[in-house]
Amino acid sequence: MSRWRQRPAALFGAIVLAVVVLLSVFAPWVAPYDPLATSWSLVRKAPSLAHWFGTDEVGRDLLSRVIWGGRASLSAGVIAVAIAVCAGVPLGMLAGYAGGWFDVVVGRLTDAMLAVPFLILAIALAAFLGPSLGNAMIAIGITATPIFVRLARGQVLAARNEDWVEAARAVGNPPGRILLRHIFPNILPPVMVQATLAIASAIIAEASLSFLGLGQQPPAPSWGSMLNTAQRFLTQAPWMAIFPGIAIFLTVLAFNLFGDGLRDALDPKR
Amino acid sequence: MLNFLPRRLLQLIPTLFLVSVMIFLLQQLLPGDPALVMAGEEKDAEVIEQIRRQYRLDQPLPMQYLYWISGVLQGDLGESMRIKQPVASLIADKLPVTLQLATMAMAFALLIGIPAGILSAVKKGTVWDSAANVFALWGLSTPNFWLGILLIFLFSVQLGWLPASGWVSPFEDLGQSLATTVMPAFVLGNAIAAVLMRHMRSAMLQAMSADYVRTARAKGLRERAVVLRHALRNALTPVITLGALEFGTLLSGAVLTEQVFSIPGFGKLIVDAVFNRDYAVVQGVVLVTATVYVILNLLADVLYVLVNPRLRG
Repeated sequence: MSRWRQRPAALFGAIVLAVVVLLSVFAPWVAPYDPLATSWSLVRKAPSLAHWFGTDEVGRDLLSRVIWGGRASLSAGVIAVAIAVCAGVPLGMLAGYAGGWFDVVVGRLTDAMLAVPFLILAIALAAFLGPSLGNAMIAIGITATPIFVRLARGQVLAARNEDWVEAARAVGNPPGRILLRHIFPNILPPVMVQATLAIASAIIAEASLSFLGLGQQPPAPSWGSMLNTAQRFLTQAPWMAIFPGIAIFLTVLAFNLFGDGLRDALDPKR
Repeated sequence: MLNFLPRRLLQLIPTLFLVSVMIFLLQQLLPGDPALVMAGEEKDAEVIEQIRRQYRLDQPLPMQYLYWISGVLQGDLGESMRIKQPVASLIADKLPVTLQLATMAMAFALLIGIPAGILSAVKKGTVWDSAANVFALWGLSTPNFWLGILLIFLFSVQLGWLPASGWVSPFEDLGQSLATTVMPAFVLGNAIAAVLMRHMRSAMLQAMSADYVRTARAKGLRERAVVLRHALRNALTPVITLGALEFGTLLSGAVLTEQVFSIPGFGKLIVDAVFNRDYAVVQGVVLVTATVYVILNLLADVLYVLVNPRLRG
């Protein structure tokens, strides 16, 4: 706990993160209104006591939509990164440990994927898979995979010739066991740090795809698509553009601060 | 000194080969008969037949790839289903727009990121340092389409100083061209400025604790000369290369920025193509982007060797 007190920024990140997660998990109970309920008498009303964030172009409550949109954004970020970690870490570990042609092939594949800028690859994948939140998650997950392949491979290469791995090998542990039981726990901290920071990027990517219309489909709420709609009503209802943006900003900021804090805390050199 | 160049050039070939296979295989993700999906709303049997012929969909997959890639190598990226124009010429039309935007964005990024990084390193631990770090965090956490919308709200809707959208060629009307691109370029440069600031800060901190800086101070140079002439010149090298690598971010960001500001560039081309189900255009844009990006990375490596006297053998 004292570690957290030395890092107020990381603590701030953790608190914001906790709030966002709780709001998303308990969205059905926390949100004051139905996020899909339209009302013609409430079209584009400015923020008020009844509707803290105002209402949108068909009279839906923006606060409720922002809370429900958090569900889409958070789950997209977490699931996309989970896909990337589950695919990338084993692949990178095997490549680093086995070496040889397998390592070369995996290395070339990651090079090729990294040769396409992140969002452009995600857009292309989402375009061919078809627009939906699930496909956006898959597209972002695939796009983020090479980062974890590289990270895991590098970590395994560094660990492979350490004495404790040598010892594990000498007593006759099979390679699979060495990788899983001995090397994996040691490379976990950097993977966790990278995953936290990757969730921040994934949330921005999901918001970007939804903004372009390739993610969450209307009328289901998502921060990105809310901003897309808001742009058309900038003159009449600027609050429609402000609150979903703040939500993205705060969530991404929280993940970034938390990830930075995690890195500092797990880095033995500090 | 550039004897690594042939080897690096050779390495480009397998990378670009795999990229092209990857982009080609995207087609396989389409649900159902690709010819039918690619034809979109046009259910005309003739159109579908033409697509089948154009993409050789009756042939096995490796043969389809060979036909496609041999065309690509001759500069034929296929034809747009929607606009009935060669994809290569579509891209050639849009590229200069994005290039102008990207250049201006990079200028913003350098003008903001480098001084901010120097300032925060020189004044480490002060308010200046904290301010620069807050700026970097802001830049990294703000989705650039949101920043774009906020700027449009402030400068176009509220103040009416700048046009909210559109693009004018600089050869037609330079003033108007700058007016339409200054906001999108700033939005695009903002995130990269944050990254550059962080790199610059750590490189400067490293340089400032180096022996030659202590020597420069010891011989009585003014602090300004120590910082600018000795520390900065050494710290700038890695930052320049890292900056060149940010070009990928620039291209990704351009997709969103061009969408927000309705700029008819590269990014708008791919988004429109996605919605028109114009798959040849999507593939062409991704392929060209990857090629440009890979070549830029190589140039960054070359630049790094050229500006680093220690690597000049």
